Amino acid sequence: MAAVLEGGFKDAPRDASHAFRGLMTAMARPGTCVDVAGAVPPAPLSVAAGVVLLTLCDPDTPVYLAGAFDCDDVRTWLAFHTGAPISTAQTCAFALGSWDDLNPLEAYPVGTAQYPDRSATLIVERQSLVPSGVTLTGPGIERQAALNLPDPAALAANHRLFPLGLDFIFTAGSQVAALPRSTRIG
Amino acid sequence: MTNATEARQHWLGLMARAPDGRVAALLTDSGLAPTFDTLRAPEIGTVMVRGRMGATGGAFNLSEMTVTRASVSLACGTVGHGYVAGRSKPGAEAAALIDAILQTEKSGLARDAILVPLENEETARKAERAKKAAATKVDFFTMVRGESD
Amino acid sequence: MYVAVKGGERAIDNAHAWLAEERRGDTSVAELSVAQIREQLSLAVNRVMAEGSLYDPDLAALAIKQARGDLIEAIFLIRAYRTTLPRFGYSEPVDTTRMACDRRISATFKDLPGGQVLGPTFDYTHRLIDFALAAEGEVPDAPTRDTDPDASIPHVMEFLNSEGLIEEALPDPTEPPDLTREPLEIPAERALRLQSLARSDEGFTLGMAYSTQRGYGRNHAFVGELRIGTVAVELDIPELGFAIEIGEMTVTECETVNQFQGSKTEPPQFTRGYGLVVGQCERKAISVALVDRALRWEELGEENVGAPAQDSEFVLYHGDNIQATGFLEHIKLPHYVDFQSELELVRKLRREAGAMELPEAAE
Repeated sequence: MAAVLEGGFKDAPRDASHAFRGLMTAMARPGTCVDVAGAVPPAPLSVAAGVVLLTLCDPDTPVYLAGAFDCDDVRTWLAFHTGAPISTAQTCAFALGSWDDLNPLEAYPVGTAQYPDRSATLIVERQSLVPSGVTLTGPGIERQAALNLPDPAALAANHRLFPLGLDFIFTAGSQVAALPRSTRIG
Repeated sequence: MTNATEARQHWLGLMARAPDGRVAALLTDSGLAPTFDTLRAPEIGTVMVRGRMGATGGAFNLSEMTVTRASVSLACGTVGHGYVAGRSKPGAEAAALIDAILQTEKSGLARDAILVPLENEETARKAERAKKAAATKVDFFTMVRGESD
Repeated sequence: MYVAVKGGERAIDNAHAWLAEERRGDTSVAELSVAQIREQLSLAVNRVMAEGSLYDPDLAALAIKQARGDLIEAIFLIRAYRTTLPRFGYSEPVDTTRMACDRRISATFKDLPGGQVLGPTFDYTHRLIDFALAAEGEVPDAPTRDTDPDASIPHVMEFLNSEGLIEEALPDPTEPPDLTREPLEIPAERALRLQSLARSDEGFTLGMAYSTQRGYGRNHAFVGELRIGTVAVELDIPELGFAIEIGEMTVTECETVNQFQGSKTEPPQFTRGYGLVVGQCERKAISVALVDRALRWEELGEENVGAPAQDSEFVLYHGDNIQATGFLEHIKLPHYVDFQSELELVRKLRREAGAMELPEAAE
């Protein structure tokens, strides 16, 4: 029992502030890989995914766990450290999983015309984050950036929904990179 | 719901209802305070308290209250949680420690040194207030009309 | 032409320093402790908790001290503080049937199980200033009478219910809306109205309730039951997998019984108004129950007679004293630019009017 409950932020206000700054940078500079630290979550969660959950989730943010991430250890850890309720893909604020398990993207809320913010943020666990591959342009990118995206066509379709749409946080090891809906793909 | 769960509900509730500072003082006096790891450092937050429309109907949100919580683990791996109304970080941590101790072989000692005094004090506190309320209960008596035989 | 200026920092700092000094008052008089306010001004503390919508007597007492006894300012401090705290969850609905009652009265039934318990009330005092309180050192002692402290007291409404003479309040598993998470939207369902009224200004709510008694949407209320006491607060703890009691709180509950002629949809029967407020706030709880009943006109198929207390938008949007005072008081802050443009406009209009009609006044 104790082992599963360990691995939260040691100094929550400070650790969460650092992590939030890192996530802000990642979201404001799409494609930029940022190192984060402070969480030691249970497998199969990466450190980075653990940090994202601890920083952004609370009892007001339903979380959908996809595939192998929907396991007792992750549920217990998430409940203890964040209090976030587990939800379906249709009603979630955050979703966590591998790209294949998270698909199809049509399952998630994209917001409404009045409230585009009532949309899901997908936390996608990746093998690695590499600043090459698909070209990214748009707000927060001076000229262009690049990132190894899983499915550029689907992500480009998501961008076309703007101002509605999903936002993505990619995690691998202790690194995060983000792709807000405002970023143009390719 | 098992007996173990009920027992744990009982002692966690008892500690939460105790006056501020009392639980921590009893833990110190008992000499049972062990070394421990912090799973969740004492944290002050709120709980939204709900009522029922018409006392028995659907729920509505009434008001928040302050609550402090903490979680610890003992060297043996036993985990304790404390949730205490108010803003006392030492109080929440003491409650979590006692919750953990009560799950170990020292539970008998902790029961005698901490739970029994808390139970007695609570019973006395409630009885005193209830007795004052009872003294303000109206005793109606019927006025007999002035006809005699 | 208007030139924007910057300044006032030193004046503001000095004003704050003087405020702190004035708060303390004459230093030859002993300073008030927070505990003294909590224990001896407890009804002020209760009001600040109810309208601040945060149950924490020590914090409310501190806010009253900081605000120099200005209760709306104290409520403002409490509301601001609560926004800094994480929310751990939502409690189970408190069970007022299991309330440890300090006070429990009914205006509709004389003899009822549990009896009429007056509690520490002002009701039968003569409202004469007690000059003995100006002297210090007296510790009064309340009489006691033996009783079973664990006996639960049934609600009066249950007796009427058993005869089918009053509408029932049946449990409903629907998740209630939360004013602190989603902004108020009209039409507001009853759960949202009761949350809003529980934290609305006591004076405003009292005035609204009084207006229904004086004929603006009259609904013939009797206080079926009024109880003040302590209830346990239960919270489901995810890491434990079960609910525990996390503490107790004092609440005031008022249930009104209202005459009802029947409507197209409902038979003649008694209907109910309900007020639940944290702390000992009797006037407020009765007011909430009356306004609650007035606002229920639509669901009961009653006529809207255009009374202010029947207008949920009017009642709910104007009852929050922090929103109200924020908007009201902001007009005393600098509006130099706004006013400059108004001034220009009025001068221009006067010039134009003068040029057309009153050439002699243009000089």
